[in-house]
Amino acid sequence: MRNAFASEITALADADERLVMLSGDIGNRLFDSFKARHPDRFFNCGVAEANMTSMAAGMAACGLRPITYTITPFVTTRCLEQIRVDVCYHELPVTIVGVGAGLSYASLGATHHSCEDIAFLRALPNMAVVCPADPIEVRLALRAAMRHNGPLYLRLGKKGEPSIHRGEPDFAIGRAIVVRPGNTVCLLGTGTILPVVLEAAEELARRGIDAEVVSFHTVKPLDRDKLRQAFAAFSVVATVEEHSVIGGLGGAVAEWLVDEGPQKARLVRFGTRDTFLHESGDQDHARAYFGLTATNIAATLLETARR
Amino acid sequence: MDWTELERIAAQVRGKLVELSRQAEAPHLGSSLSCVDILVAAYWKCLRVDSKRPDDPGRDRFILSKGHAATTLYTVLAMRGFFPEKLLDSFGQPAGPLAEQPAPRCVPGVEAATGSLGHGLGMGLGMALAAGIQKRNYRVFVVMSDGECNEGSVWEAALLAPAKGVDNLIVIIDYNKWQATDRSNEVTALAPLKEKWAAFGWSAHEVDGHDLRALVDVMSKVPDGTGKPIAVVAHTVKGKGVSFMQDDNNWHYRIPKADEVAAARRELGLA
Repeated sequence: MRNAFASEITALADADERLVMLSGDIGNRLFDSFKARHPDRFFNCGVAEANMTSMAAGMAACGLRPITYTITPFVTTRCLEQIRVDVCYHELPVTIVGVGAGLSYASLGATHHSCEDIAFLRALPNMAVVCPADPIEVRLALRAAMRHNGPLYLRLGKKGEPSIHRGEPDFAIGRAIVVRPGNTVCLLGTGTILPVVLEAAEELARRGIDAEVVSFHTVKPLDRDKLRQAFAAFSVVATVEEHSVIGGLGGAVAEWLVDEGPQKARLVRFGTRDTFLHESGDQDHARAYFGLTATNIAATLLETARR
Repeated sequence: MDWTELERIAAQVRGKLVELSRQAEAPHLGSSLSCVDILVAAYWKCLRVDSKRPDDPGRDRFILSKGHAATTLYTVLAMRGFFPEKLLDSFGQPAGPLAEQPAPRCVPGVEAATGSLGHGLGMGLGMALAAGIQKRNYRVFVVMSDGECNEGSVWEAALLAPAKGVDNLIVIIDYNKWQATDRSNEVTALAPLKEKWAAFGWSAHEVDGHDLRALVDVMSKVPDGTGKPIAVVAHTVKGKGVSFMQDDNNWHYRIPKADEVAAARRELGLA
């Protein structure tokens, strides 16, 4: 994902002289091409995310399109107040890009995990929250972000995520993409967990349950049309995210559901529990710790569907 | 315009601040009074701004980072013609545009919503760098309080600006030696303040923050030829201009009574 990000912003910067890249001393060699082509529009802001965010707001106030970039917790929660006041309150077109979302950097410990960022950022007025599922969605989301006239948070994984889409699907902020048709259970996945969701759907298919899989890449604004359709058409709708069950996609859908009133489908939420992970281990280990595996998702949904 | 006239304008601004504090029962009068001369010097003598074209992309940017002194900014902007002076009467009133701390684009001339301390310098640095990218020659003026220098984000910006070769940015610190509840130098080890900015790589200056000539002199040289951003430590007195408010930190929160407003206006030569 991060390679797709670096290559796409370089291409976008070639075409749009307003695009400015601010990095929090991260991405060794990743931006070499950007820096070579646009040396006046790349700033290593050091390990100082609060100031980087304020700077981006100042630049946006002057008509530029700045992107702030570093590891997810540091570009979001570390400088949350700068995002809230300088970016959101002023309604400025700053794109905040977090790399290593969720449990991507599991082995670095909980300081580098990010399972609360969606909750924090989606609570901020004017902020859009977009979690691409694969490198193609990263590119499409970036193009959309540059056209978006306000604050936007883009939540990336790390590197080596598989491509889910073959070509380029129609992409719009706030409009979910069906990636696998089905008619019994609907799985709404957001971000890098989508390959696991697809695997869970395959497992359910082997057990005779036909599951639709949706890339619900935008957590805010919610695709209410898709939610209405899914909760009316399916018996179970599940949200899956590499984020806490508190305040993420599952939280957002649950809020919508309460306001919307009784629906045909029931909601099941998969995400991280309300705890820090104190163990070492890689992303797969961390996902297993939180039950974010195809096997567990499929087994849980089978049980739900039978009830 | 001679200096006596400019001093008279500063006195008028101060008189208005005392009235506005009373009228809206708004605190921070001492803080507003201490930065009056800085804003008067900037808006009457130094800034390249035009009230008829408040969105001109080439204008100088002025950020009052100590947003709690908003009445000073509002009054100065109104007197410079950015909006009708009559609008000042709506300060603090329900549904009015002029809140106790400025909201984004609340009136023409307000460049940034401030109030949470430690944001203005970083935003100003971004604006200063934007001028370089867009090949414009505007300058950015930021006024901070001394208490604001407690914020770590101030020093993040202070570290970065010289490294990026910024020379069109000037920060003026309203050094009135008080913050909300204590002496600034007892809360944190702020002194020696000019030396700190110099050590961070800024072109650092120290002036009497109530000497209009000295303020105009230092704020007229941006960039100043050193290739560095400029930091001005302006020594001020909290509550300046009203004898019974000067250096008395109760006026961080106190609201003047009617007789105190009258006494203040008399002292300022306005009544």
